[in-house]
Amino acid sequence: MNSLVLIAVLRSTLRQSTPITLGALSGLFCERVGVINIAIEGMMLTAAYMGYMTNVWTGNLILAVIVAVLSGGLMALLHAWLSIHFKVDQIISGTVINILAVGLTGYFYQPGTVTKGKLQSVAVPVLTDIPIIGDVFFDNGPLTYAAVVLVFAVNIILFRTRWGLRMRAVGEHPRAADTLGINVFAMRYINVVIGGMLAGLGGAYLTLEAVGSFERLMTNGRGFISLAAMIFGKWTPFGGWAAALLFGAANAVQTQIQFSGDVTIPHQFIGMLPYVLTVIVLAGFVGRARPPAAIGRPYETE
Amino acid sequence: MNAQTGELALQAKGITKRFPGVLANDNVDLTLRRGEILALLGENGAGKSTLMNVVYGLYRPDEGEVFVKGRRVRLENPRDAIALGIGMVHQHFQLVPVMTVAENVILGAEVTRAGGILDQRAAAKSVGELSRQYGLEVDPTATVGELPVGTQQRVEIIKALYRHADVLILDEPTAVLTPQEAQELFRIMRDLAEQGVSIIFITHKLKEVLAVADRIMVMRAGQMVGETTPEQSTEQSLASMMVGREVLLRVEKQPASPGEPVLQVEQLVAFDERHHRVVDGVSFEVRAGEVLGIAGVQGNGQTELVEVLTGLRPAAGGGFQIDGKAFRKPTPRQVTGAGAAHIPENRQRYGMVLPYTVAENMVLNRYYRAPFTRTLVLDHRAIKSHAAALVQEFDVRTPSLDTPGGNLSGGNQQKMVVAREIGRPVRLLIAAQPTRGLDVGSIEFIHRRIVEQRDAGVAVLLVSAELDEIRLLADRIAVMYKGRILATVSAQAATREQLGLLMAGIKDKSESAGESDDADRALAAL
Ligand SMILES: Nc1ncnc2c1ncn2[C@@H]1O[C@H](COP(=O)(O)OP(=O)(O)OP(=O)(O)O)[C@@H](O)[C@H]1O
Ligand SMILES: [Mg+2]
Repeated sequence: MNSLVLIAVLRSTLRQSTPITLGALSGLFCERVGVINIAIEGMMLTAAYMGYMTNVWTGNLILAVIVAVLSGGLMALLHAWLSIHFKVDQIISGTVINILAVGLTGYFYQPGTVTKGKLQSVAVPVLTDIPIIGDVFFDNGPLTYAAVVLVFAVNIILFRTRWGLRMRAVGEHPRAADTLGINVFAMRYINVVIGGMLAGLGGAYLTLEAVGSFERLMTNGRGFISLAAMIFGKWTPFGGWAAALLFGAANAVQTQIQFSGDVTIPHQFIGMLPYVLTVIVLAGFVGRARPPAAIGRPYETE
Repeated sequence: MNAQTGELALQAKGITKRFPGVLANDNVDLTLRRGEILALLGENGAGKSTLMNVVYGLYRPDEGEVFVKGRRVRLENPRDAIALGIGMVHQHFQLVPVMTVAENVILGAEVTRAGGILDQRAAAKSVGELSRQYGLEVDPTATVGELPVGTQQRVEIIKALYRHADVLILDEPTAVLTPQEAQELFRIMRDLAEQGVSIIFITHKLKEVLAVADRIMVMRAGQMVGETTPEQSTEQSLASMMVGREVLLRVEKQPASPGEPVLQVEQLVAFDERHHRVVDGVSFEVRAGEVLGIAGVQGNGQTELVEVLTGLRPAAGGGFQIDGKAFRKPTPRQVTGAGAAHIPENRQRYGMVLPYTVAENMVLNRYYRAPFTRTLVLDHRAIKSHAAALVQEFDVRTPSLDTPGGNLSGGNQQKMVVAREIGRPVRLLIAAQPTRGLDVGSIEFIHRRIVEQRDAGVAVLLVSAELDEIRLLADRIAVMYKGRILATVSAQAATREQLGLLMAGIKDKSESAGESDDADRALAAL
C-alpha cells in the first residue's frame, strides 16, 4: 500500500467516523442521565433534512448547521417529553421518533432540489505540512474538527465538572440525587435535549459537509451504529470515539477494496464488513460493560 | 409543653399520609425545639420514616402543615427542605454505589473552580478532615459500593454533617454501627445540639434512647401515642409504650448440644475489589446445633467471608464444606441447594427485589422448585399461600401480598427476608445483621426463632456488629481482626472487655504466647 492510499484510507476513516462519534456522544448524554436513546437515527435524519433544506432555501451554511442542531434538539425534546414527563417507555418513545423522522423527511423531501455548496475543508496552517498526519488530521471540514473537540470536551464535562457528577448520579441513583437537592427531571430534560443537538450535528455533517445533498433514509443505520459504539465504548466519550474510528476504518477499507477492483468477492459481502465487524466486536470483546443503573426507568417521586 | 413557637426549630401539625391500603401517618403532630435531641420511637411500620420523609420534602402529605422556625413552609421536594437547613440520614442509604466516598459526600454541594470544574483534591481533603474530626474513619477515595454497610453508614453520616444542617434527621443511623461507633455518634450529636442544631433521632435500641435523648416521642400504627423523657422511662416502659404490651428483653436459651460439623472452613482466602487480602486464611467449623458468632469491627473481612460462603464472591484460596460437600467457587444456588440459608447484611441489595411483590420476594430462593413451579410455569396460588403463611407467622406488616416489597417499612422488609430464609428447613443458617432495623418485639421474636433453629439441629453462623446480640445468641464467639480469626472463645466465659480488646486486635498475653508482636506492643501501650 503506498502512502497515497494510506492517506486516503485514514482520511476516509476519520470522515466516516465523524457522524458515529457525534451519535455516540448523543447517546451518552441521554443514557448517562438514565434515558435510553434509540432515536439517534431519527434525530440525525431530521437534522440532516432540515439542515439541507435550510441550505437550499438560504444558501447560508452556518444557519443551516444551526437549524440542523436545533431540529435534533427539538426531536429530543419530544423524546424527553414523552419519556420523562409522560413516563412512556423509552424504547417506544424512541421508536416513535425514528418512525416520525422517516415519515416526515420522506414526505417533505423534494427530489431535484440543489444547493449552492457545502462546508469546505479548512487546512490548519503549519500543522497541515506534517507528512501524513497533516493530511489526515489537519485538513478537514469544520464539523469533523468539531466532533474531535467535542469528544475531549464531553470527557471533561462528564468526569471533571459538577454538571457531569450530577449527570452520573442521576443516571445511577436518581433517588439519591433527589435527596441531595438535585432536580432529576430538569437534569434529564436538559441532557436529553443536548444529546439531540449532538445527533443533530451528526446529521448536519451528512448533508452539509460530507455529501452536500439529501436522500431519503440517508442516515442508513448510522444512528444505531452510534448506539453500538457508545455501548462498545462503555458509555465514555473516548471509548465511543475509538469504536466510531474502528467502524470508520472498516468502512474506509471496504470502500478502498471495492475501488481497487481486483477482488473477486461479491461487493455485497465487502459492504457488510463494517456491520459484521460491529457485531463481532460487540458480541466478543466488549467484556462487562455496565450501563448506568437507572437506565430506562422513569423516576417516581413516591 | 410550654415552649413558645419561636423556639421551635420544626413543627409538624396534623400530618396525614396515605399509601394504597395503608394510613401511614394519621393526623400526627410533632415538635422539635432548638438544640434538642428528640428520639422518635415506634414499631416497624409505625410511620416514622414516612413522617420524616414528609418533613424532608420527599413525600407530600395528604393533610397537615409543616413549620420551620415558626414559619409555615411548603415542601415540594428535598431542595426546599435543604434550603431551609434540614438535613437527613436516610434509613436506606442514598448512596451512588459506583462513585467514590468523596463524590458521594460532595454531590449536590460541590466545591468547584472556575467553569464548574470539580476540585477533587479539595473534596477528598475536606471529606478526610471531616471523617477524622468526627472519628468516622473512611477512605475518601474508596468506591462506595464496595464498602461494608457499617462503613456506608459512616459515609451517610459524614454526608449529612458536611452540609451543616440546623435540623438534622437521623433515621436509624446506628442500625449497623458497633457500640463504639454509636457512642462516637452520640458525642457528635451532643456537640451539635450544644451548637444549636436540632436533631431527630430514630432508633430501635432503647439503651441509646435513654443515653442520648432529651425528649422521646412514640408512634404506633401511624399515630403519635405518647411523649416522655429519659428520666421518666426505662427500657421496659418504652418497649411497652411502643408495642402496647409487655416485651421480654431477653431470650432464654439452654446450653447447646453440638453435633457433627456442618460448615467447615479451611484456610479461606478472599480479596476485595481493590485486591486487598481481606480474608486471610480463615479456618473454623460450625456444628449442628450450635451458634458460632463472628464478632469484629466492621470492615475486618466479615462481609467478604460471608460473601464467599454464600457464593457471592469467589474464594482466592482454601475452601469450605457444607455437610461434607466441598465448595470453592460455588454459585449462590449451589449453596442454597446444599441446605444453606442466607440473611444478607444489605437487605435491599442482596436480600430482595424491590419492585417484586411480597409474595414473589418470599420465594426468591425456591421459586424454581415444586410446589412453586410446575413444569416450567409458576404456580401463583402456591406462592401466595406460602407467602401468606410466612407473613402471618413472622408478623410482616404489609397491606397485601401484592404490595411491592420496596414499599414496606424498613423493618418489615427485614422481616420478609428473614421469614423467607428461616421459614424453611435448612442445615446451615448464615445470618449477617439479622435484626438490622427491627423493633424490640421483632428482635425478640427473631432471636427466639434463631435459638429454636439451633435447638432443632441447624448450624448457625451469626455475624453482627451488635456485640450484645452475639453474646446473647452465640455459643462460641470467633473474633475477626484484619481478615484473620484472632481467637475463638466460649460465649459464657467471655467478658465484654475481653471481646473488646480482641476486636481491637489485642490478644491476651497469656494466650498469644508471643506469637503476635503487634498485639504485644499494643498491649504494652495501653
Ligand atoms: N413508598 C411507599 N409506598 C407504599 N407504602 C409505603 C411507602 N412507604 C411506607 N409505606 C407504608 O407506610 C407504613 C409506614 O412505613 P414507615 O416506613 O414510615 O415505617 P417506620 O416507622 O419507619 O418503620 P421501620 O421501623 O420498619 O423503618 C408501612 O405500612 C409501609 O408499608
Ligand atoms: Mg423506617
